Amino acid sequence: MYSKSISELGAGLRAGEYSSIELTRLFLDRIGRYDGELNCFITLASAQAMAAAENADRLIRHGDAGPLAGIPIAHKDIFCTDGLRTSCGSKMLDSFIAPYDATVVSRLNAAGAVMLGKTNMDEFAMGSSNETSYYGAVRNPWDLNLVPGGSSGGSAAAVAARLCVAATGTDTGGSIRQPAALCGITGLKPTYGRVSRYGMIAFASSLDQGGVLTRSAADAAVMLQAMAGFDPRDSTSARESVPDYSAHLDAALAGLKIGLPKEYFDQGLDPEVARSIELAVTEYRQLGAEVMEISLPNSGLAVATYYVVAPAECSSNLSRFDGVRFGYRCDQPRDLEDLYKRSRGEGFGAEVKRRILIGTYALSAGYYDAYYLKAQQIRQLISEDFKKAFEKVDVIMGPTSPSTAFALGEKAGDPVTMYLSDIYTIAANLAGLPGISIPVRPVAGRPVGLQIIGNYFQEAQLLNIAHRFQQESDWHLALPTGY
Amino acid sequence: MHWETVIGLEIHAQLATRSKIFSGASTAFGAEPNTQACGVDLGLPGVLPVLNREAVVMAIRFAAAIGAQLQRRSIFARKNYFYPDLPKGYQISQFELPIVGNGSVEIMLADGEQRQIGVTRAHLEEDAGKSLHEDFHGLTGIDLNRAGTPLLEIVSEPDMRSASEAVAYARKIHQIVRYIGICDGNMQEGSFRVDANVSVRPQGEGLGTRAELKNINSFRFLERAINFEAERQIDLLESGGKVVQETRLYDPDRDETRSMRSKEEANDYRYFPDPDLLPVELDDAFVAAALAAMPELPDPRRARFSEEYALTQSEALQLTASRELADYYEALVREAGDARLAVNWVTGELAAALNRSGIEVTQSPISAERLGGLLRRISDSTISGKIAKQVFESMWGGSDSAEEIIESQGLRQITDADAIEGIVAHVVEANLQQVEAYRQADQNRRAKMLGFFVGQVMKLSKGKANPQQVNELLRKKLTQ
Repeated sequence: MYSKSISELGAGLRAGEYSSIELTRLFLDRIGRYDGELNCFITLASAQAMAAAENADRLIRHGDAGPLAGIPIAHKDIFCTDGLRTSCGSKMLDSFIAPYDATVVSRLNAAGAVMLGKTNMDEFAMGSSNETSYYGAVRNPWDLNLVPGGSSGGSAAAVAARLCVAATGTDTGGSIRQPAALCGITGLKPTYGRVSRYGMIAFASSLDQGGVLTRSAADAAVMLQAMAGFDPRDSTSARESVPDYSAHLDAALAGLKIGLPKEYFDQGLDPEVARSIELAVTEYRQLGAEVMEISLPNSGLAVATYYVVAPAECSSNLSRFDGVRFGYRCDQPRDLEDLYKRSRGEGFGAEVKRRILIGTYALSAGYYDAYYLKAQQIRQLISEDFKKAFEKVDVIMGPTSPSTAFALGEKAGDPVTMYLSDIYTIAANLAGLPGISIPVRPVAGRPVGLQIIGNYFQEAQLLNIAHRFQQESDWHLALPTGY
Repeated sequence: MHWETVIGLEIHAQLATRSKIFSGASTAFGAEPNTQACGVDLGLPGVLPVLNREAVVMAIRFAAAIGAQLQRRSIFARKNYFYPDLPKGYQISQFELPIVGNGSVEIMLADGEQRQIGVTRAHLEEDAGKSLHEDFHGLTGIDLNRAGTPLLEIVSEPDMRSASEAVAYARKIHQIVRYIGICDGNMQEGSFRVDANVSVRPQGEGLGTRAELKNINSFRFLERAINFEAERQIDLLESGGKVVQETRLYDPDRDETRSMRSKEEANDYRYFPDPDLLPVELDDAFVAAALAAMPELPDPRRARFSEEYALTQSEALQLTASRELADYYEALVREAGDARLAVNWVTGELAAALNRSGIEVTQSPISAERLGGLLRRISDSTISGKIAKQVFESMWGGSDSAEEIIESQGLRQITDADAIEGIVAHVVEANLQQVEAYRQADQNRRAKMLGFFVGQVMKLSKGKANPQQVNELLRKKLTQ
């Protein structure tokens, strides 16, 4: 039951085989049983979930329920939820209760989805292992000694362990795709602007994009359908019309042109992971796709560029956490400067502080041109690399992450090594392109993700390509032992 | 040594939009603290700004009003600094690409000389909230009602050479923004704020180090602050000191400027383009729509007034000082049909009465329509100018029309020749000695002496006798 797809569950609900209340209780029970060791959830919303399930059941009985009605999902704790704590994985917001719902949340509520709770994440989405969370690390259900990836690690582990049917996530440099890869699930980061950022606590505004973590591309299509579309509250959201994502899932892949960037297969890549990617590509050849090598010459600059742009924006975005109006405030401030220094010093964790410092430096008088402006220029070059590539190919494929999940604590002391785990995902954020990660052949029992990057607003095509692979393989159906 | 003062002004005009520049909260002044601040104004986690199109329309109008380059593409940037009344820790402003580029305005100096003052740029930005230091026992209260109120910051070139020029320029901008309806210009409420950059130099040399003067909330204080500051800098330089670049606060109670922070203590604002807002791209249709309702500007209106209503330069200047006064005048001309009579009354009785009551023309208890009714009665000789003043006083204190007051108080002019002749005869009888003197006098003397007899006749007629007829009849009677 808990491994069924959204469409299967929806059919069961509509047929009256079970109710959303039963389904919701089932997942809440699983959370109760397994989340002690996994630590996927920061805040549970059991009572609200049961009420939402009851409501969904009523809608289903009246026959006017959509495909998500009654389906238990979870939200990354970066999306504001009216009346329920939104911590963003930080001590700073440990007691913060937003007075409003993020657009993503209100749209999924309107679709009848049942929110089980808020998932763990790296503090302010800054991390690739979910180890920077104030609420402790999340463990990978495939091996409790491994990280789940980050920053949407709680959402990824929860979906992998079947603690919810699907979950939302955000992706600034790989934060949906990388944990999806490390946990063996499907993770979609849409085109920048496809999903509203309103109510999503900002890390790096020009890179942040909300998306989904699901067990399959078909489930992702249903979730994205509810979330996507223009939002008058977000000036950067796209007015582009939203296609029917589920309608295109089965389209044939004959003649599809796939580009493999040679820069994504060099010495930094684990050879066994490379082998898994090659096997997946072979599968696509058999489905009729044409595969060719391409070049993204500025790929090597992506991580460095990202670590100027993202911290610069975050240094400004996180200025509002000053202890004055909401969030953590230090005890007994002596004066204004003391209030600022101690509230921020005590409220933020080490990684967040590191990025605020980097970003503040990069924007400072005398350094702006050398860092921020230069990074923006390189960002433009990276976008142009993709533009040229998409003149030749329909999609770009490669590994999502250079290795499988690493051990908890393994990279925690070395930020640069940690940053490099997003080496293949960051470029899509810099260019604003959509990307999806799907599970392929694991290595030594650890999941491996294939990343597919598409052209702007080609989410339907990405889902179609991912879905066709999932019709031919069952890596996405694999359940971690013990769950 | 002859010192020259160099002044540039930064004017913050609060735009008269109904809602804030990036949120839907109201901009009305004077509400209870923090009742007009929504999530966006509070800088809650996750909220995003959405640009108010009306603020852009107003900036477009301003660009047209000062003949400035309108930038078809402008960018909002973040100005980062920490302050308790700045909720996001940054102010959304425009930095590298402002919406309004180079323009200029013409000012008229006291001696009638005209001068062109350059406007470097004008950009849109949001206002901060207010820190309230009183009533909180050593703590600071924050009111975020003002946070997010749209401002147009208008930056001049350092083109002014005296405090009076600076005041003339500030008044000119004040007049323009009120004319085009983008700012109410209320300096007491902070809707129109002026900061002055002041430096001095020996005549003909390069620019000196400047000080920025803040907290100036009237034109009078602007003049005094600049004069004080220029003298302070000259004294400092003449005694061998150096001017430091700093921000100084004007204290109107002591009439002096005090150092607030030096350049070294100044923030590094770390400007960068705001990734939450798209560049503002203006197409022809949008600009045309913004300018469609553009009112006539003060300078062209002044020229037209001189021409169309045969006014003197100074009358035209006075009548076009504000759009409201100019509108009043034109409405009055339409009602009364006599432009000359209208200007005399607007700059005479009406101006004096408004001044006495300390109110603006928009608050005048006598509308242009009512005053027009009075002026028509003068034109058609129903009453004399003198009686009209009496009627005006009654109108000021009540709501009756001129017609009603004339009738109820029996002020209609006496034009019946027999009746006037009777009074004239009576006056001549009663003043035989003066009549004799008049008859002996030459033409010049006679003209002066006539006034006495006219006065007597008017007194007896309670001012209602038609003065022209009185004059004629008296002249005839006295020389008989």
